[in-house]
Amino acid sequence: MTTTAVQLGEHKASRTARLALHQFSYDLRALVRNRQSQFFTLALPILFLLIFASVFSGNDVKVSGGRLSASVVYVPGIMTLGIISASFVNLVISVTAQRESGVLKRRRATPVPAAAIIAGRALTAVVAALGVTVALLAIGWAAYGASIPARTAPALAVTVVVGTVAFCCLGYALTSVIRNEDAAQPVTQALMLPLYFISGVFVPVSSLPSWLVNVADVFPVRHLAAALLVAYNPHTTGSGFAGWDLLIVAAWGGAGLVLAVRRFSWVPLGH
Amino acid sequence: MTISLEDRGVGPGLEPERVIEVRDLHMQYGRLEAVRGLDLHVLRGEVFAFLGPNGAGKTTTVEILEGFRRRTSGHVSVLGDDPQLAGPSWRARIGVVLQESAPERDLTVAECLRLYAGYYPAPRGVAETLALVGLADRAGSTASRLSGGQRRRLDVALALIGDPELVFLDEPTTGFDPSARRAAWDMVAGLRTLGVTVFLTTHYMEEAERLADRVAVVVQGRIVAEGTPGSLAGRDRAAVEIRFSLPEGASPEDLPASVRCAVVGRDGERLLVRTASTVSALGPLVRWAEDRGVDLPDLEVRRPSLEDVYLALTVPEQVAVTAPEPTRVP
Repeated sequence: MTTTAVQLGEHKASRTARLALHQFSYDLRALVRNRQSQFFTLALPILFLLIFASVFSGNDVKVSGGRLSASVVYVPGIMTLGIISASFVNLVISVTAQRESGVLKRRRATPVPAAAIIAGRALTAVVAALGVTVALLAIGWAAYGASIPARTAPALAVTVVVGTVAFCCLGYALTSVIRNEDAAQPVTQALMLPLYFISGVFVPVSSLPSWLVNVADVFPVRHLAAALLVAYNPHTTGSGFAGWDLLIVAAWGGAGLVLAVRRFSWVPLGH
Repeated sequence: MTISLEDRGVGPGLEPERVIEVRDLHMQYGRLEAVRGLDLHVLRGEVFAFLGPNGAGKTTTVEILEGFRRRTSGHVSVLGDDPQLAGPSWRARIGVVLQESAPERDLTVAECLRLYAGYYPAPRGVAETLALVGLADRAGSTASRLSGGQRRRLDVALALIGDPELVFLDEPTTGFDPSARRAAWDMVAGLRTLGVTVFLTTHYMEEAERLADRVAVVVQGRIVAEGTPGSLAGRDRAAVEIRFSLPEGASPEDLPASVRCAVVGRDGERLLVRTASTVSALGPLVRWAEDRGVDLPDLEVRRPSLEDVYLALTVPEQVAVTAPEPTRVP
């Protein structure tokens, strides 16, 4: 549609990018102000780190290249939970609520491109996930003497971003099959809690039976946790990119995106 | 309350522009035919009220006009474009107030408006829009803490922020108390002075009567009546109804002939007179009472209200009991 581009006086891609940033600035503001998000996205991961790291503080855990204190291993473990809360859980709950209450439909009635709304919301999740990551790294360093990796920092940042984007895509996929907002919170927790236990988030993988690890290997939580551990582990040599794990996480994200594109609804599904 | 052609920006000798034109619209959901051959048009600058009972195809039609739904067949043109093919530049020219939509969570009223203003190429000012809907003093309030009436004003503000030519208002005052409803009506009347075309869906006949230049009634997926609120379904030509109680000691036979012939029955304790000419029945009746030295304290004269007309059009007539399905013989 050439008239569209002319009348709006801007190239389509640059307009979408500008509006995604516009949407992001308001979504982030709303996220930061929301008490439920403050608790589940920031406070709860910190609380989990403090609890797990304290309970298992005396233990050593075998990791690739040597042994680490359990408290230190919990930093990337709980980081996994923090990233998934900031992206997947938060997104499923807020987007389902927005869809069922007519907010998405009202936005759809305006000239804003769909991609700008979706990308703006995903960008909000990336920033929130980076925020949680920084907070957990700082606590790990201050409370448990876990060094903040400088050499593998780029790998850690890339892993956080890839994980967040992938879990945003999975969030968009899940929200498209949840019919009402009351179901959003229980469904996300029912899916994630078992995976946290078998994927090295709450319990180090080395203390799990191998068949359970094989089950966990199918799902993306295990691979995100593994990639974060590689990037965070001081014994890691090289740049710390866990290519295979990142690829599996990205593949799950891609599959989620395909489902989301096919099924995503702007109008309420319930009633 | 009609608007002259000049006000609509139309030169002499030209038909007013049809901003909405629908011909032979059909919408089928599976085996259910929600809309069956609907025709309507809306002129630029008018307030058009779309009335009809639940399940008549009202919401389906509005959603097709707003571009949310793909029709089964028929011709639809809104602002010169087909809504199901139209792009962002078309969306920039319409405003939509949905029947149900929550405010943006955790944002203030002004932030909601700035967020939506950003979506449009040439938005109206935030302060100006807030003043239009009477929310200027609530700019800094958290949107979700507004009262029901104020939320609805915010909905309207979000629909107006893009400076639209055409606004869809879907049941804008459902659940309002009378004073909030009055305020909302003033707001819609204000839209008219801005030259905005309004497509109003409502359940309230008083609302349609007060606001609309033209109304259309949809029943079972078709328009069954269309016209000004005052003349819908021949309302202006319909018989006048006169009701009164006979004074103590008088019988219907005592009434003057012109009244007596027009008595059609009783409405409770009162006699019901139906006549095409108010004066020829009412004059003799009043003189008769005067001559007898009695009062007619509960005398009432009225034409059918818009609601009477609407109910006559929409309440299904007593359907004859249909024979039971013949039992299938194997």
